[in-house]
Amino acid sequence: MTTMQRLSRVDAINWNRLQDDKDLEVWNRLTSNFWLPEKVPLSNDIQSWNTLTHQEKQLTIRVFTGLTLLDTIQSSVGAPVLMEDARTPHEEAVYTNIAFMESVHARSYSSIFSTLCATRDVDDAFRWSEENPMLQAKSELILGRYRSDDPLMRKVASVFLESFLFYSGFYLPMYWSSHAKLTNTADLIRLIIRDEAVHGYYIGYKFQQALAEATPERRQEVKDYAYELLLELYDNEVRYTESLYDEVGLTEDVKKFLHYNANKALMNLGYEPLFPSSVTDVDPTIMAALSPSADENHDFFSGSGSSYVIGKAVATEDDDWAF
Amino acid sequence: MPISEVVEAPLAGTLVYFSTKSGNTHRFVEKLGVSAQRLPIHREEPIPRVKQPYILMTPTYGGGEIKGAVPGQVIRFLNDEHNRHLLRGVIAAGNTNFGDAYGLAGRIIAQKCQVPLLYRFELLGTEDDVARVRKGVEEFWKRQM
Repeated sequence: MTTMQRLSRVDAINWNRLQDDKDLEVWNRLTSNFWLPEKVPLSNDIQSWNTLTHQEKQLTIRVFTGLTLLDTIQSSVGAPVLMEDARTPHEEAVYTNIAFMESVHARSYSSIFSTLCATRDVDDAFRWSEENPMLQAKSELILGRYRSDDPLMRKVASVFLESFLFYSGFYLPMYWSSHAKLTNTADLIRLIIRDEAVHGYYIGYKFQQALAEATPERRQEVKDYAYELLLELYDNEVRYTESLYDEVGLTEDVKKFLHYNANKALMNLGYEPLFPSSVTDVDPTIMAALSPSADENHDFFSGSGSSYVIGKAVATEDDDWAF
Repeated sequence: MPISEVVEAPLAGTLVYFSTKSGNTHRFVEKLGVSAQRLPIHREEPIPRVKQPYILMTPTYGGGEIKGAVPGQVIRFLNDEHNRHLLRGVIAAGNTNFGDAYGLAGRIIAQKCQVPLLYRFELLGTEDDVARVRKGVEEFWKRQM
């Protein structure tokens, strides 16, 4: 157990004296990304929702209920335990923002439900989530690390939640969006996806800072624990994915999306990706729903790039550009 | 190979990159294993002047806005006309989670400096990314000669 220096007393926070300027950079990024579900016109999806079959509706509600559970864990347990381990008052403040935004995310799913779904179906899904063994298993795996007194493993668990566990769920709204369904809901989910990227990046950064001070033996130990936890979570995610997506025939592509995002979670911790590109080749329409330009070929090197210089002008508004 | 050919071979271009304290782009450059020049992280440090043609590698900042997407240190480096003149291409790091803004810094620089956006990768980059960029950069400089 390494002892990390935690903040032992509360002093007035001075944002003009930073110990780590990354804290301010991320604070600014998070606060400028702030949003509320009310700004997304979810009711425009009512017609589209009514084109889904009963089975598709049930799947969607269940997936969103599972995501709600993860956001709730992160808001009420994850961010607060990271706060306990914070080493600068500014880091603590960033976690207060993360805690609140996770509450906004959790709240957003209820906005989707109240706009689109029948109350009874939603109540059924919440009951399902309380009894679903895979959902409960992932919750326990993460909460177990959060309850431990190991600041490094708490961060590892937190990055895996932010950058890996959400994606079995995020796949579905991207899939609907690629079929021109529930497109406003997908817009809301994209806001969540953007936030989670900053959370995973920041917690992973703080993890790497702390890890750099540990002994080589301790670093190896943490790395082993991290990969072990990832594989445990992965096995559970595969079972969860099969239980949800088998009946709509999407399981194999969702697994690729899991591999792709597991690699990114590892990279946020500073570790090398685990899954080879042969199993991360997610359906391009899903990637395009996630990032509209991801599908464009910017591999100038391969010689197959269609548009290596951007045709349309990009308005640069940075005041600093002098030419 | 006759010795004269070696002597007359023009100097290949170089790589200039920016990476913050989180070091993702730095890690990618390390994996590439090519000689490269890192731009200073802090504003107070002087902006270097390059001596030969180069490819610029930069992360994308911000949460999807055009403003602030290119790191300030990169802008200051490119504001020097001499540096800008020797720029041949740009490689951008980013994250598809930012949607349309994935690797946006690369697109902005490509447009503004009229050079090709050569490649984009996420976070530390995968083995495939490293292999493609290593091979691509090598061939790119051969074509430039």
